[in-house]
Amino acid sequence: MLEPLIGRIRAAHGDGTPLIIQGGGSKTFYGNPDEGEVLATRALTGVVDYQPKELVLTARAGTPLAEVEALLTEQGQMLAFEPPHFAGKATLGGSIAAGLSGPRRPYAGAARDFVLGVRMIDGTGQPLRFGGQVIKNVAGYDVSRLMVGALGTLGLLTEVSLKVLPKPAAETTLQFELDETAALLKMNQWAGQPLPLSATSWHAGLMTVRLSGAASAVQAAQAKLGGEALKDATAFWQRLRDQATPFFDKQPLWRLAVKPTTPPLNLGDAQWIEWGGAVRWLARDLPTTVLREAAKTAGGHATLFRGDAPPDGAFTPLAPALSTLHRNLKQRFDPRGIFNRARLYPDF
Amino acid sequence: MLSPAFLSELRRLLPPHCVLNEREDLLPFETDGLAAYRNTPDVVALPENESQVAAILRLCHKNKVAVVARGAGTGLSAGALPVDGAVLLVLAKLNQIKAIDPLARTATVQPGVRNLAISEAAAPHNLYYAPDPSSQIACSIGGNVAENSGGVHCLKYGLTVHNILKLRALTIDGQLLEIGNESLDAPGYDLLALLNGSEGMLAVITEVTVKLLPRPERAQVVLAAFDDVAKAGAAVGNIIAAGVIPAGLEMMDRLAIQAAEAFVHAGYPLDCEALLLCEVDGVNEEVSADIYTVREVLAASGAIEVRTAESEEQRLRFWAGRKAAFPAVGRLSPDYYCMDGTIPRGQLPHVLKRISEMSEDFGLAVANVFHAGDGNLHPLILFDANQAGELHKAESFGGKILELCVEVGGTITGEHGVGLEKINQMCTQFTTPELTRFHEVKAAFDPGKLLNPGKAVPELHRCAEWGAMHIHGGQLPHPELPRF
Repeated sequence: MLEPLIGRIRAAHGDGTPLIIQGGGSKTFYGNPDEGEVLATRALTGVVDYQPKELVLTARAGTPLAEVEALLTEQGQMLAFEPPHFAGKATLGGSIAAGLSGPRRPYAGAARDFVLGVRMIDGTGQPLRFGGQVIKNVAGYDVSRLMVGALGTLGLLTEVSLKVLPKPAAETTLQFELDETAALLKMNQWAGQPLPLSATSWHAGLMTVRLSGAASAVQAAQAKLGGEALKDATAFWQRLRDQATPFFDKQPLWRLAVKPTTPPLNLGDAQWIEWGGAVRWLARDLPTTVLREAAKTAGGHATLFRGDAPPDGAFTPLAPALSTLHRNLKQRFDPRGIFNRARLYPDF
Repeated sequence: MLSPAFLSELRRLLPPHCVLNEREDLLPFETDGLAAYRNTPDVVALPENESQVAAILRLCHKNKVAVVARGAGTGLSAGALPVDGAVLLVLAKLNQIKAIDPLARTATVQPGVRNLAISEAAAPHNLYYAPDPSSQIACSIGGNVAENSGGVHCLKYGLTVHNILKLRALTIDGQLLEIGNESLDAPGYDLLALLNGSEGMLAVITEVTVKLLPRPERAQVVLAAFDDVAKAGAAVGNIIAAGVIPAGLEMMDRLAIQAAEAFVHAGYPLDCEALLLCEVDGVNEEVSADIYTVREVLAASGAIEVRTAESEEQRLRFWAGRKAAFPAVGRLSPDYYCMDGTIPRGQLPHVLKRISEMSEDFGLAVANVFHAGDGNLHPLILFDANQAGELHKAESFGGKILELCVEVGGTITGEHGVGLEKINQMCTQFTTPELTRFHEVKAAFDPGKLLNPGKAVPELHRCAEWGAMHIHGGQLPHPELPRF
């Protein structure tokens, strides 16, 4: 199954042909524009091993995320980082390569936190395996996690092993009418208390909070917090996860990752807050410098998530010392620079 | 040997009390927590701030002198073992807690701050730092990051890598790296993950920002005794399959139980083959629901006795035996050698059976202590270093156990790191192209191989030589195939 891919990568390495790794194509909007021949992973499908009692699932990279999650649901388990499916075609490999996580992320962990191991092919066509199928493993550098969010620039993922978790027995979503300042304070205060929080959102004067756990625990927290129970909660969080509400259609769409306690950024009303205050989505055309500076002041970084990337790229440029390390790593995993050229940073 | 010129330059960078090179001053630094490995350092530098660390690194880089970074020296894999001709860079004096932000739930600390001191400083805010290696009273956070340390709560709360937000670190040429930030992710490659567990091979950590968690409202522990190790192993999987993620899930075998009970009188049942301790924590109602489930599952899994701690005092007593297991085993034997493999939990009965067979072959007893929830085995091999050849025998036995872990789809180290101790077994776990990539990751940071040389990743010629000596290790059947 790997042979045709290895062959193409070796050939591309030989003649320097740029390749664009593509799974379901659900995240083509993300990152800088890249050029090259499409290297499809869709043939690499199938769950290789799933042991619910081990809390470990291993699947080939092109396996649709929906298929993985359906299998987990049968066993009452889930991918706790709640990866976005976007238009429904996302694959497991693409989700890990993009390193995107959904509403549960601040409370359960990010995509990278659940990666236990990968099989991959580097830019010379060499198949490699890092990490494994066990939860604790500190042998060798953590190359598996290095692949998460690398947008395929260090290699083609062919198989991923993930830690999975049981689905919570009960979930309730509560809504509160609150202004932005008050909502940010509440989200942070509650996160510092033993409450079963599993997602938070604020948009247009409405704070939405999800509680997950044993039914009795969710009920007790609900009694303590108050608010109005939201009826169609599953759909609400799914739409937010997949950016399937009209708010996210507007371009440019900027993602500002900030210290969660950052006060209101005052960059306009076209804003959606997630992750307990740590992500502020802005659907508004503002100068890149203003947004990058605002994010930096707030201890984080700004990404052009959807829309035309600015000249310095979709992602916040790196400090010189870090940029050098990035180029060094790229050079060693993909010496001819064939994989997803410029997708992450314009200079590699 | 370091040249007098180099030493005098080093002395110019630091106050006089921060450079040690008299023999009696150097002896305390000749070993880390794995005392079987000893080497007296040529010189010890104890900088007091980040700019002194940077100056030392620049000096070493200029003179091509190797640097071994060390925190509290509690590591268990000889990762901080001094290297001949190197500077031993001890970061223990960088021990300030710089800031605690209770609302954002973070603590920013220097690398020499002790693990437990972070939780103590956060306690007034009802917050704590989750990873709790057994050495938490003494081990420092910089070392925790370097080793990606675990502890008994990993299954639910993760390893160090899951609990770090930001690092300041210096490369060998003294350049400052700021990795991560105050938000939940960073642009570019996940260098934060790469530095966690990098064993001092890539950069020297000078500041760590950790995530703090709200202290659980309640924690409760259930103790279960089994007449068969395999049943106890199956019970672990059954608890997880029932949807409970315990905060801690520990297992001990007969020898470990007997030793712990004789030492601390925890009240453990003695007429059993295996003991499970299952702790659940969280919101009050959640704990009640989970305790109920856990008790049901344990009974259905064939436990011969199930006890729930009814008070905090009793909870601590149940834990006291487990926490004292290592020193308790130490009372049975002049020396013991602690292994650290991880296996898929389903392989536990098979692996314990093989360990017991090997124990007979080698003529050395083994007590098994096991972070059962996350598959991390700590077999303690009993031996007497004063008997000629016994240390070597214990090491060979340990090596066989690690190879067995790899054979069943696990790893040679779950939380103690490779260091120098397990460097040969790296050849069993990884192929030549994989080891080559590790060397290239190293070269991306430290092309002159000056940081902690000879540790963590074996040189390829070492694997070739070792493979020739250990035919079984070198010829695992089909090493390229997935192992489950």
